[in-house]
Amino acid sequence: MEKLIEQFSFGLFFWQLLLFIAVLLLLRKFAWKPILDAVEDRESGIKDALAAAENAKKEMQNVTADSERLLQEARGEREAMIKEAREMKEKMVSDAKELAQAEADKMIKQAQLAIESEKKAAVADIKNEVATLSLEIAEKLIKGQFSDKAKQLKLVEEMIGDIKLN
Amino acid sequence: MHGFFETDILSDMQKPFYVKVLLVVTLLLGINVFAQEKDHSPSEEKGSLKSEIKEFIGHHLLDSHDFTLFTIDEENNEHVGFPLPVILWDNGLKMFSSSKFHHGESVAEVDGNYYALYHGKIVKTDAEGTINYDEAHHATNAKPLDFSITKNVVFIFLVAALMLFLFARMANSYKTNSMPKGIGRMLEPIILYIRDDIAIPNIGKKHYKKYMSYLLTVFFFIWIINLLGLTPLGVNVTNNIAVTFALAIITYLITTFTANKNYWKHIFWMPDVPVFMKIVLAPIELLGTFIKPFSLMIRLYANITAGHVVLMSILGMMFIFKNWIGSPLSFGLAFALALLELLVAALQAYIFTMLSALYFGSAVEEHHDH
Repeated sequence: MEKLIEQFSFGLFFWQLLLFIAVLLLLRKFAWKPILDAVEDRESGIKDALAAAENAKKEMQNVTADSERLLQEARGEREAMIKEAREMKEKMVSDAKELAQAEADKMIKQAQLAIESEKKAAVADIKNEVATLSLEIAEKLIKGQFSDKAKQLKLVEEMIGDIKLN
Repeated sequence: MHGFFETDILSDMQKPFYVKVLLVVTLLLGINVFAQEKDHSPSEEKGSLKSEIKEFIGHHLLDSHDFTLFTIDEENNEHVGFPLPVILWDNGLKMFSSSKFHHGESVAEVDGNYYALYHGKIVKTDAEGTINYDEAHHATNAKPLDFSITKNVVFIFLVAALMLFLFARMANSYKTNSMPKGIGRMLEPIILYIRDDIAIPNIGKKHYKKYMSYLLTVFFFIWIINLLGLTPLGVNVTNNIAVTFALAIITYLITTFTANKNYWKHIFWMPDVPVFMKIVLAPIELLGTFIKPFSLMIRLYANITAGHVVLMSILGMMFIFKNWIGSPLSFGLAFALALLELLVAALQAYIFTMLSALYFGSAVEEHHDH
């Protein structure tokens, strides 16, 4: 211990203290601060990049899921549309059929009505004709019969019997 | 010279120790500081190899006023190296080159004052360089305040400059690229380790940022300077108590000045204990705040010093056992220990940083119910 104190060199202590503090201050300004800052920047850069990559991955997954969902939806929509179209087609066909049927029925009915009325008209015409004819015949007969009284009576009776038949 | 041939074929890793061996040889022959050492310790066996090695190790651990790499010729005082400036405060600033001491051989005369080197320290003497001793054999000469740029100060400067260069360049490389380039590739994981495994767990996410500069600087400073201590230059900065003291005092000051109310409350008025215990605990806790940085100082100093002493002693064994078993054995041991010292260099830097972070953590710890 005594030797240590004897060996202690104040000059060396002074220079060591002075130079060490000087080099400490210089290094702090020109080396440690820039180096540590650069390293820290780099580390935070790497950290950010990793986080960004992770986010991008997640987003990518979301996008994939979204597109999958959209595709699914589109597929569903397409099927629905096809189904609708088919239904519409069937409906249209059936509607048209119905309509045509109705029209045809109507036309048949009309035709039947027309035929009926034509028939009635024809029957009426015939009746008229028959009546006219009958009257003419009757007139002629009457004219002929009036010469023979018995024949006249007999004819009238026959004619009346004929008319009843009608 | 078994050691020489052993080392020759090995890779660069071991070169420092081969050079250190040469250093031992060359410096054993030279360094006149030893002469003075022997003067006041006559009980030691003069000229014995063991004591020479011991003295060499002692000398190696000390700071020095000139940068000597080799001593070529002891007689003519020829050394390879260069002198360093001496700065003294002795009734005014005195600056001169350490070459004036001639490696401790002569007295330097500046403005009518005479200075001599005694055990690596500058003392004031008369023109003849007389050293006066008291009864306990301590030099009583006046010691001027010594602010010299010694070998260790040169290395502190170099490490500071190296760190500024390395890390400022690294910081610049981030301006163009978010990934590190070049040496930053190696340094960034260490910086991140200090942040994620030392600062954040001990201090907490909320407060760690303001301590990061200190923790990083102190870690790299201790580590680099410890590693330089293992090079053939043989400069040990962290085995000077003055250096570790300076580092520990900074930790202490930062802890003290950033501490919150909760920290002081735990020191002076420990919650949840009886009043009597509060009074007993206060001085103990207060003392603890000084002991913590003190332990930092001693731990770093002692570890590095011990490593160097053991390493050099093992190398010295080569010269004691001058036979074919001793040298390879010594070399193998030194090699294993050198690898261990590489680990210790980093480990001590880690421990110093870790414990500093722990103390900072206790200073900013938020109050929580026990």
